[in-house]
Amino acid sequence: MKHSATVLLALTALFITSPLQGRIIHREQSLYQTILVDDTGSRRCLQFSVRRDQRSQSCVDLKHPQRMVFTYTQMMMAGLLLAPDPQKILIIGLGGGTLPLALNDLFPEALIDVVEIDAVVVRVAEEYFGFQSSEHIKVFETDGRIFTKRAIMRHDQYDLIILDAFNGDYIPEHLMTQEYLQETRTLLGSKGTLVANTFAQSRLYDHESVTYASVFEDYFNFKQYPSSNRIILVSMAGLPTLDLLKARATRWRDRLRAYRIPIHNYPDRMSRTIDWDRDARVLTDQYAPANLLRSRNRHR
Amino acid sequence: MKNVLVSALAFTSGFVIMSLELLGGRLLAPYFGSSIYVWGSVITVFMLALSAGYLTGGWLSLFNPSLKRFSLIFFTSAAALYPLAMIAEPVMERVFETLTDPRWGSLVAALVLFALPTFILGLISPYAVRLLVVNVDRAGNTAGTLYFVSTIGSALGTLATSFYFVLWFQMDTIIFLLSGTLLLLGFVAWMAARNR
Repeated sequence: MKHSATVLLALTALFITSPLQGRIIHREQSLYQTILVDDTGSRRCLQFSVRRDQRSQSCVDLKHPQRMVFTYTQMMMAGLLLAPDPQKILIIGLGGGTLPLALNDLFPEALIDVVEIDAVVVRVAEEYFGFQSSEHIKVFETDGRIFTKRAIMRHDQYDLIILDAFNGDYIPEHLMTQEYLQETRTLLGSKGTLVANTFAQSRLYDHESVTYASVFEDYFNFKQYPSSNRIILVSMAGLPTLDLLKARATRWRDRLRAYRIPIHNYPDRMSRTIDWDRDARVLTDQYAPANLLRSRNRHR
Repeated sequence: MKNVLVSALAFTSGFVIMSLELLGGRLLAPYFGSSIYVWGSVITVFMLALSAGYLTGGWLSLFNPSLKRFSLIFFTSAAALYPLAMIAEPVMERVFETLTDPRWGSLVAALVLFALPTFILGLISPYAVRLLVVNVDRAGNTAGTLYFVSTIGSALGTLATSFYFVLWFQMDTIIFLLSGTLLLLGFVAWMAARNR
């Protein structure tokens, strides 16, 4: 009797502590990762790992497909405060396709190039997340770095570049180096805006911050609870003043309500304060141990 | 004494080969990505170059094998490795402009960059076997011991490079260190041969 009570208790604990588990409707092993699609209520999520403690990467609310479920996805739209009317957009990393669809919605005439290395992700985004390439949204199944180098050779330029290539598990280290950011800078021309979804924790934060600073000097650092992500925002035309950010936020406020993006809260949180260790080593093609640095704690 | 020295040299060649192989995949990443085919290219080139090296090293051991000549292989390998850091960028740039498919691009770049130093490093093992074999009865035993030592070297080279070297050093620095180690060991072998 006592024994079964213990078992019951253990089982209860298990159910209480385990996160809300959805129904896995698709599982596929690609060349790069395990891809899972799961449904929890009306929420459908794309995950890149079988580990339970890994966050979902990209989710849609099936009843309200416009709504952005994740804080960090919403935060990336802060790029619109720097680039109010982007007509050529480059997105590195497709995920569930939330960002290209939203940007296509907001700027129907804009040309959006999406680079995704994993062909399975592209197919899953189409089959389960309503993503569709079109005349205005082109998908390139290739490595982000290779695409960038080729785009430079073609003399392409973009008004807005979004770097969203890092999933929870493993960082492609050649996409987190000074040389790569310099190449990206070339694509931005003299007016472009860069939005990068990066890491707010671990020793990598310091290294990544100095690496961005070495290429772009000045940028907005944008962190917001409960997201463990940090969004870096760069403008080649110079960062807007707080007043201008606020004025633009006010203009966007109603338009972005359907996406659940609290853009009016963002200007005050976009910081220019250096809160990282300036002596950290810059990451370069020669020195790029991003994954090893990620498992180290910050000194202070 | 000769046993220990030749074994140490075999160990080092194993270490350098695998360290270089890991750096190879990393070196190619900025131009060809870090996908499985990049590693496929690197490993293919290393296997081809090593196999040619083994064949040639065995053949070389037919002609007056000596510790002195053995040391020359080390000097040559050090010299072949040294310029890698300088030629890598222009070579990859050129290949990248010519070949658009990153699979063939990475294969050609790996071939141009790594085939020669790896070929020379491949000469070492069979030559070492020849130096240590005293009679036919013990030939298998000697070869086995050398395989053991050089493969342990390979394991440690892999581990040290991927766990620590990339965290401490620039890639060029690691290449210089590998080249310097080969040069140093060649010198030690040369001196040992002279004092005999």
